[in-house]
Amino acid sequence: MIQPQTQPTIQAETRPRTQAESRPRPGAVVEFSGVVKEFAGHRALAGFDLTLHAGEFVALLGPSGSGKTTALRVLAGLESTDAGSILIDGTDVSRMATSRRDMGMVFQSYSLFPHLSAGENVEFGLRMRKVRGEERRSRAAEALALVGLDAHYDRFAHQLSGGQQQRVALARALVTRPRVLLLDEPLSALDAKVRVQLREEIRRIQTELGITTLFVTHDQDEALAVADRVAVMRDGLVEQVGTPEELYTRPASPFIADFVGLSNRLAGEVRHGFARVQGAVLPLVDPSHPDGDVLVSVRPEDLELTDLELTEDDARGQVLSTSFHGSLRRTTVRLDDGTLVFVQHGARLHPSKGDRIGVRFTGVPVSVETLRPEA
Amino acid sequence: MNRSELSSGRPAAPAVAHAPSRPVRTAILGVIGLVFAVPIVAMVEFTLRKGLGGGHDFSRWSALFAGGASGQYRPVLTALGNSVGLALGTVLIVLLLLVPTLLLVHLRFPRLRRLIEFVCILPISIPAIVLVVGLAPVYSVIAGIVGSGVWTLAFAYGITVLPFAYRAIQSNLDGVDVRTLSEAARTLGAGWGSVLLRVLVPNLRRGILAGAFIAIAVVLGEFTIASLLNRITLQTALVVVSKADPYTAVILSLLALGFAFVLLLVIGRLGAVRTRPARRPTPGGQP
Repeated sequence: MIQPQTQPTIQAETRPRTQAESRPRPGAVVEFSGVVKEFAGHRALAGFDLTLHAGEFVALLGPSGSGKTTALRVLAGLESTDAGSILIDGTDVSRMATSRRDMGMVFQSYSLFPHLSAGENVEFGLRMRKVRGEERRSRAAEALALVGLDAHYDRFAHQLSGGQQQRVALARALVTRPRVLLLDEPLSALDAKVRVQLREEIRRIQTELGITTLFVTHDQDEALAVADRVAVMRDGLVEQVGTPEELYTRPASPFIADFVGLSNRLAGEVRHGFARVQGAVLPLVDPSHPDGDVLVSVRPEDLELTDLELTEDDARGQVLSTSFHGSLRRTTVRLDDGTLVFVQHGARLHPSKGDRIGVRFTGVPVSVETLRPEA
Repeated sequence: MNRSELSSGRPAAPAVAHAPSRPVRTAILGVIGLVFAVPIVAMVEFTLRKGLGGGHDFSRWSALFAGGASGQYRPVLTALGNSVGLALGTVLIVLLLLVPTLLLVHLRFPRLRRLIEFVCILPISIPAIVLVVGLAPVYSVIAGIVGSGVWTLAFAYGITVLPFAYRAIQSNLDGVDVRTLSEAARTLGAGWGSVLLRVLVPNLRRGILAGAFIAIAVVLGEFTIASLLNRITLQTALVVVSKADPYTAVILSLLALGFAFVLLLVIGRLGAVRTRPARRPTPGGQP
């Protein structure tokens, strides 16, 4: 139902600027430091630290209950903090009312005001800021044009598809030129194709406007695809922050390795800065890791299937299943010691169930986790 | 009025799979209409009877309008004024007390919802006569503080309409994502006042109006409490009149019915006009 993309231009740049718009608005710097938030004894945020640089697009990624939505909501002021500070351009806003924080927010559930048309929805924030009638309407129309919906000014929410509603919500959040844009899983209610389309569009608009953006998602594909940096959360804390590439190739812990992309977790040991697993010796992401028994995380694409005839050193096993994913194929192998591994390989290679086969490690650095002795 | 607005502004609702056919619907409407019409027609017929001869004329109606308002039926007019005032007072109590309370419970104290529901539904299970027994000492205190004006009955009526108004507003509240809408409005710079008046009330209009309608209907038809607390309302005045002149009492009842009907129509109209979306002056909208 998404309309074909109309000219994505920012008309605000080409016409005389009004006073409200001429305020310099490079993206704001947002700093969470030691933010604590408890709900009835449960610590949703346990000393949460994160800095968003000016104009940066940061994704907060984590399983449900990791505190990512809470972090976004305390920044918006929809939840109070129990401790810690939240600075926007150096000013502590943690005690400021939501309505004064100057944020734009897009919600997970459809949040357009049902009694107002799309255009009036977008005008709402301007109305609250006492922007006059004619200017208000033209700025609302501009914001709708930015998301490609300028022809839908008079439509009501129930006359728009889910994707269109979220676009209008995005226009509504952006029209006031807020200091920070907050996106609370805005795509999760949409179907897969629209989701991908809209996330690219959000990124394009964000880049054009240079607005600092915090994007909460539980979908790692989404986070890796659009964010400048991704912060992975676990139990109310940031476990690792980095560019998508850093997170994927150098995960700080097997939790990250497992959560960001698929990962095999294999028993092994660390000796002198190298991991030994299934007869292979692999470099470590963190070479200072102490010696001992560990769980080693290995990406499916860091394994290769090999022909038994040609190899001697590789781990050996039997093909359990194989699945087709377009250009590539993922095969599950049961190694001779009973360990299951996923191997990702080109789709041309087509092993059959029951085949005897070799598995080779490609030697990419791996992250490890010390095995805790069983209690 | 509402129907044409719906069909112009919104897509047609999908047909329900097993909706009754047109003749069945007509029959159902006809039967229900008949049930409502028979007593009203009978009342009209009764007021038109001419003596014992069996003929009909308008003599009683014209007599009432000719000189009635001058003296004999003045108490009824006063009572009507009292009832209308009471109805408005009760509606105000519902709007200013019940709506904010329900919103507050919905947004901030969801755990209290059960309790509020119980408290609001309770009055329906208490007969009016029992209520009066409990209210009488309360009203002696009220009389001592603010006097014993008729309007004080609005407090009691506020309680009796509670179950109906609660159901109407709560069901609307459940159908609207109040939390997200108010959070969206707050992030857009709206204070709580704007959230309430610009976002929540317009979206709860249907429930609030329904609650107000029911409050008006209950107040205009209430007899027991007013009678036992010795206040003059439309119903108590009609009973007094009917003892002296049953024909006039029925005529006045008919007029009261018509009045309530017009009142509801006017309120419905007011509510509908406010939802009509404001149109942009420039249709194309290109800046």
